[in-house]
Amino acid sequence: MSMPQLVSAFTLPVLAAAFALTLIRLLRGPSLADAVVALDLMAIIVIGFASHYSVAMGEWVYLDVAVVIALIAFLATVAFAFYIRKRLG
Amino acid sequence: MMLETISSLLMVTGALFMLVAAVGILRFPDIYMRASASAKASTLGVGLSLAGMAFHFGVLEITVRSVAIIIFVVITTPIAAHLISRAAYTSGVKLWDKSVVDELHGKYDPETGDLSSRE
Repeated sequence: MSMPQLVSAFTLPVLAAAFALTLIRLLRGPSLADAVVALDLMAIIVIGFASHYSVAMGEWVYLDVAVVIALIAFLATVAFAFYIRKRLG
Repeated sequence: MMLETISSLLMVTGALFMLVAAVGILRFPDIYMRASASAKASTLGVGLSLAGMAFHFGVLEITVRSVAIIIFVVITTPIAAHLISRAAYTSGVKLWDKSVVDELHGKYDPETGDLSSRE
């Protein structure tokens, strides 16, 4: 087993665990803003997952996925923040 | 061999920092601490992961993409955390009951949600 494969065998489960912990907060979050913070973190974990996965597969096309998610996630958070402010009435 | 060691080290550290961010968002008591913990630890984690990937491949197009994502994430994640924390504060999400100081107390109008810097 080569070193990148060994590293991926360790880091991909770690990232999956991080994703699961964030999902618990997303489902449990007392307010809407908690869920939005959790969603933002999930998007960032997916960016990290894409980079680790492309190292594991030796295929760097997945990096484009990371670029797109990095662009979309920020817009989603800004839109949610705007919505929470607007909901005040 | 040297590059492989550097990239492995960076990727393992990055994954662990993202796990730290997830534990922080699960365990901290109120939204402001959660937003702070997740923004800082996840920015570092994703930056280290992408840097490790750039070292692993060592190709120009991957390095350019990685650096672009790192710069974008470093710029936008604190802005997003600040925006959502401010929206939470103006919509009335309470601080942790053991918080010591609330410097925004009485400085915003609950009707319009506007913050003022005047005393």
